[in-house]
Amino acid sequence: MMWKRIYALFVARNTEFFRDRSALAWSILLPILIIIVFAFAFTDENPEKFKVAYLVSEDIVTEESNSAFKKFLATRYIQFIPVQVIDRNLKKIKRHQIDLLIDPQTSRYWINQTSPNGYIVEKLLIAAFINAIQAPIQTMVAGDQVRYIDWVIPGVIAMNTMWGALFGIGFVIVRYRKMGVLKRLRATPVKSIEFLTAQIMSRLWLLITVNTLIFIGMDFFFDFRMFGSYLDLFLVFTLGCICLICCGLLIAARISNEEVANGLLNVISWPMMFLSGVWFSLEGAHPWMQKLALALPLTHVTEAAREIMIDGAGLAQVSDHLLVLMGTSVLLLLIGAKIFRWE
Amino acid sequence: MSIILQVSHLVKKFGDLTAVNDVSFNIHAGSCVGLLGPNGAGKTTTIELLEGIKTPTSGNITYNGKPLGQQFRNEAGIMFQNTALQEFVTVKEMLIQFSRFYPKTANIEQLVKDYALEEFLHQDTRKLSGGQKQRVLLAIALINHPKILFLDEPTTGLDPQSRHNLWEQVRRVKDNGATILLTTHYMEEAYELCDEIAIMDHGEIIAHDAPDALLALHFNDVVVQLREQDILPMIGEEVFGATYRNGSAHIVTSDVNSTVKKLLQLKVPLEHLRIRARDLEDLFLELTGKALRS
Repeated sequence: MMWKRIYALFVARNTEFFRDRSALAWSILLPILIIIVFAFAFTDENPEKFKVAYLVSEDIVTEESNSAFKKFLATRYIQFIPVQVIDRNLKKIKRHQIDLLIDPQTSRYWINQTSPNGYIVEKLLIAAFINAIQAPIQTMVAGDQVRYIDWVIPGVIAMNTMWGALFGIGFVIVRYRKMGVLKRLRATPVKSIEFLTAQIMSRLWLLITVNTLIFIGMDFFFDFRMFGSYLDLFLVFTLGCICLICCGLLIAARISNEEVANGLLNVISWPMMFLSGVWFSLEGAHPWMQKLALALPLTHVTEAAREIMIDGAGLAQVSDHLLVLMGTSVLLLLIGAKIFRWE
Repeated sequence: MSIILQVSHLVKKFGDLTAVNDVSFNIHAGSCVGLLGPNGAGKTTTIELLEGIKTPTSGNITYNGKPLGQQFRNEAGIMFQNTALQEFVTVKEMLIQFSRFYPKTANIEQLVKDYALEEFLHQDTRKLSGGQKQRVLLAIALINHPKILFLDEPTTGLDPQSRHNLWEQVRRVKDNGATILLTTHYMEEAYELCDEIAIMDHGEIIAHDAPDALLALHFNDVVVQLREQDILPMIGEEVFGATYRNGSAHIVTSDVNSTVKKLLQLKVPLEHLRIRARDLEDLFLELTGKALRS
């Protein structure tokens, strides 16, 4: 009987969604347009800010190279990030998280051959070292290069999941409450957990379908990297959907005013979009901002998807992200169900 | 008749406001009970407490001797005062959806026929007129073949045709043996449909009985009605204690003969004289006063 009621609510919500053409267009067409626009925009143009990592060593660098490097350090519009090790940062160059890595002591530097930013920063570096005795030594990062589009697509799909989950669930429930639809349902044998389950299922399959279509569509237009398992990626996005849907449920648990819900959803979604590393890396950002990013579900969806798609990571390697997503989902759902109000 | 719903010392407070104050009554199976009262009297809060939508601050409600629970949810039909239907869904889809919520359901085709829903069965719920929407809501309330039906101001905002149509449908439900509890602002509606009425004011029930019994209890007089222009206001007020409304003078009297005799002595023209028995509206105004309520 419980599943019959959940099925009834599931069917009703899907019917409503598919007949509401504006909602359908928002959910399917807009993300595709965003991907196309942003993919072209970010592959053809340079971000305003460049990121250069430099090795900090206890050894004293030579006066010559030190002077040239100091000149390079004075270049405007470049963010210089002191780092301790090479290996981890080479991976970041591959993933466009930093544009160039330099060891001031040896004047050796690493760039990503496909990085437009890396190309420009290299020119600036060479210019700074023009009178130095030792010219900087270029090293291309070994292995397959990661283009910006490879790096950005997992984030864009994750971002679409976030919009669809937060607004798709949050707004619908608040609208139902405001209109009295929830009150009418309360007068039936339907229980709150049945209603919430139906909403999660309905939104989940819609988001999974939309994400799959976007993935296939993007694969058709852009030849992006997918080194990991499709099943693992499916699991990551499914968990991400559930977590973000639960986030939407929590926000909508008590509010009956669409304006308040809209404000609250924006307050949560916009910082999440910019702090979760969807469009640009938080490398070099203030440490508290990086810590805050780790508290956001979107960060873990994006990171796990990138590790699977770009690095070919397996579930074990992304298990920390999956655990965070699972734990957060359970916590948000429990709180949401506890404080849920029909009216 | 057995008691289907028993209400004991029901209290509902919203902060400092006591919306329902120590209300107790019983509803017998198969009866139709009307809950009347001015705006803000506590009717909707009371009916929502009985529907299990709101939780009482104190007091008890039992359905067939048991607290309101799953059995009550399965057997109760509810039509709220302002119900929105899910959008982008047709009437038929809505009926099917609600039928899936209950273990036992009425035959949808029969409901459609009985409540004349055929003509807009495949129409989006957003495109229904007020009367059509109320019929759909009543059909939804009856989808589980309820043993008890709650109707909160079911005809508010409807035109006279739609109102009379809905009365017919409520009578049909009653004839099929369901118990009905309805709230209304229309005294005529209460008189037409209800076996018992309870008048509420300031959160309390101030009168509860069969309509005719209440009228007999409170009134032993009639109203003599004349055109306002036929009787001088001064004479009307001083001699007869008449009140004036809508161009008519209303004289309340328990001795019609002497009143008419006095009118003749004062040479008041009697061509437009009407004598009517006191009705529920008179009773309602007498018990709750004439001051406007918010």
